[in-house]
Amino acid sequence: MGTPGLGLEITELRLGLPCMGGKSKAAEKKRAFWEIDGEEDGSSSTTTEEKTQKVESGGKGSGNQVVVGWPPVCSYRRKNSFNGREKGSKTYVKVSMDGAPILRKIDLGPFGEYSELTRALQKLFHSFDHSEKLKDAENNEYVTIYEDKDGDWMLVGDVPWEMFTESCKRLRIMKNADAKGIGLHV
Amino acid sequence: MDPVRKRTKDLSKSVDSAHLAPFPDEVLEKVLSLVKSHKDRSSVSLVCKDWYNADRWSRSKIFIGNCYSVSPEIVARRFPNIRSVTLKGKPRFSDFNLVPQNWGADIHSWLVVFAQVYPFLEELRLKRMVVSDESLEFLANSFPGFKVLSLLSCDGFSTDGLKAIATHCKNLTELDIQENGIDDLGGGWLSCFPETFVSLEVLNFASLNSDVTFDALERLVSRCKALRVLKVNKHISLEQIQKLLLRAPQLMEVGTGSFQQELVPRQFAELETAFGSCKNLHTLSGLWEASSVYLPVIYPACANLTYLNLSYATLQSDELSKLLPNCSNLRRLWVLDTVEDKGLEAVGSSCPLLEELRVFPADPFDQDMVHGVTESGFVAVSSGCRKLHYVLYFCRQMTNAAVATIVKNCPDFTHFRLCIMNPGQADYLTNDPMDEAFGAVVKTCTKLQRLAVSGLLTDKTFEYIGKYAKNLETLSVAFAGSSDRGMQSVMEGCPKLRKLEIRDCPFGNEALLSGLDKYESMRSLWMSACNLTMNGCRQLAKNMPRLNVEVIKDEESDDSEADKVYVYRSVVGPRRDAPPFVLTL
Repeated sequence: MGTPGLGLEITELRLGLPCMGGKSKAAEKKRAFWEIDGEEDGSSSTTTEEKTQKVESGGKGSGNQVVVGWPPVCSYRRKNSFNGREKGSKTYVKVSMDGAPILRKIDLGPFGEYSELTRALQKLFHSFDHSEKLKDAENNEYVTIYEDKDGDWMLVGDVPWEMFTESCKRLRIMKNADAKGIGLHV
Repeated sequence: MDPVRKRTKDLSKSVDSAHLAPFPDEVLEKVLSLVKSHKDRSSVSLVCKDWYNADRWSRSKIFIGNCYSVSPEIVARRFPNIRSVTLKGKPRFSDFNLVPQNWGADIHSWLVVFAQVYPFLEELRLKRMVVSDESLEFLANSFPGFKVLSLLSCDGFSTDGLKAIATHCKNLTELDIQENGIDDLGGGWLSCFPETFVSLEVLNFASLNSDVTFDALERLVSRCKALRVLKVNKHISLEQIQKLLLRAPQLMEVGTGSFQQELVPRQFAELETAFGSCKNLHTLSGLWEASSVYLPVIYPACANLTYLNLSYATLQSDELSKLLPNCSNLRRLWVLDTVEDKGLEAVGSSCPLLEELRVFPADPFDQDMVHGVTESGFVAVSSGCRKLHYVLYFCRQMTNAAVATIVKNCPDFTHFRLCIMNPGQADYLTNDPMDEAFGAVVKTCTKLQRLAVSGLLTDKTFEYIGKYAKNLETLSVAFAGSSDRGMQSVMEGCPKLRKLEIRDCPFGNEALLSGLDKYESMRSLWMSACNLTMNGCRQLAKNMPRLNVEVIKDEESDDSEADKVYVYRSVVGPRRDAPPFVLTL
């Protein structure tokens, strides 16, 4: 078993998996959250190659990759049994929504997973006209992005929840149309 | 005040001399009412018409393993005298976020029917169902004799719903809230139990995150003299648990709160005494953040413990090694993998009566994890605990040889759930697939009912399973197999298979269709991220009209792929509450 690779690869976690003969293509596409269509064409060809290489080399279990719902630890336990989770620590971040005049703040602490954040954001912007559209994953009119520790704007949903809460500085619910126009670091 | 509906006698029968019933109906009903297991009851009802009717009228408890397999109306028509209902909803993989929100399994439509037909309903036990506050309020107000509410892995409600239960259920004996996706709006619900309320026997709010008014809790515990199970949440301190134990020394199961409080020696001694005074205590859990400093307070209670749940305490091996020699009577032990192999050696040497072991990962997503447990810990337990029959083991490395040794030591496994956390990982010593490991399990453990496999597995594993696992009822598979042949072997073997859940395996339509003859005798099949197509699923649906073949559409995949497929038998046809992303074929 090889080591998991260089530092950069460790941060670039995939939701796809090196299952033998399994649909790695479909596995790569697997997302549990909203995202922009531009994910495929937005990324450079190098990234796509990297993805494939990762999938192939990881085949015999040499790489530790992260997948939705794996390992099969139920969500309650995942939320409540992490080492080093500081009790009662407040992780408030600002949330802006395109078109909404007032910013809000939300505490990421109580949530254990992305779906809870989604629900909370829907409630937060409930009074705003377009909140219904947040739910409408089919149209993907909005996409949620966050600013990480390095100041980069990232797509919400790529990394494990715990990693996300540690690096998220602020959230923005952005119009999909605008998202395609700027370069997102995915 | 307990009207049990009686069926009207068919008098013509009793005058017919050719028809001599061996017993009067009432006697048959009385005898059959002593048959408790729902599986046996099911068998009873199939013997003959008389027995079907006797079962029908005398059945008071009903278990429905899949809420969509039947409708509340059908249940109500067949069983007029139900007092206790157990219902399970979403597929198990919803625990791991594989089932989208709003999938279904809402309890409300059931409650509406029950309110009309079973006004004397006493017990409701739900697992993986969606329960709203409105439903809880409706429940609280519809059944005056309501006694038992057990919610396990449910979601959709908040503590406001619990307020309604506490306020209105005057005869409540059991409130058991476990591992739910609940909106915690505050602990005020506990104060809603009126001062006149004294019937509580079971209270479990360990998984709720907000503070309850300790005063109210203490008074509640004091006046409920029949309380035998008390599991509090993290907000209850050590000092508070001591007070509660003093009020209720009759407790048989205790879930403590946080075990991390600065104590002076006097408090320490008081806690020890409190634990020692609980002579009936056999189950202990909670123990959040338990550290070696305060763990000894439970020692006086350890000798009688049969079930110890340390899965929320990040204990190290030496802490466990010091604790376990006090617990020689343990039958069930749940721990975190922070105890490492050395801790498991202590299990092997201190707990000879152990029947069940669960080792959970403290940091499942930590890529650089160097600790945790390995195959040697498992082997150590198996060699000291020969009565082991249930294991759930999360590890990062395993070998075929170790598993062979384990099952040789413990051939009586009924539940063998091994999770090698890195998908598709081989035997780390030989680099072989883990086929022989699971081969050994199914060949040796003839009583095996439940199996979860992991690691690098070829079709060979499934050939073994199909050939040897004659008592297997539940099988979980992930990232395994090489071809359709794998799943086919299972579908062709395993006569008692009831639940099959598969994810990320190279099984396609041929594999799916190989089970055509089997699905009606199973509760359900789940397949996600395999190689199924819509056409394959349509074919299954066409050939088996009494199955519901549901496809959960993923926006990402193209239209021909069937990304998540859930197949189950049902007497009521396609469900009418399916959300837009669920297609019933």
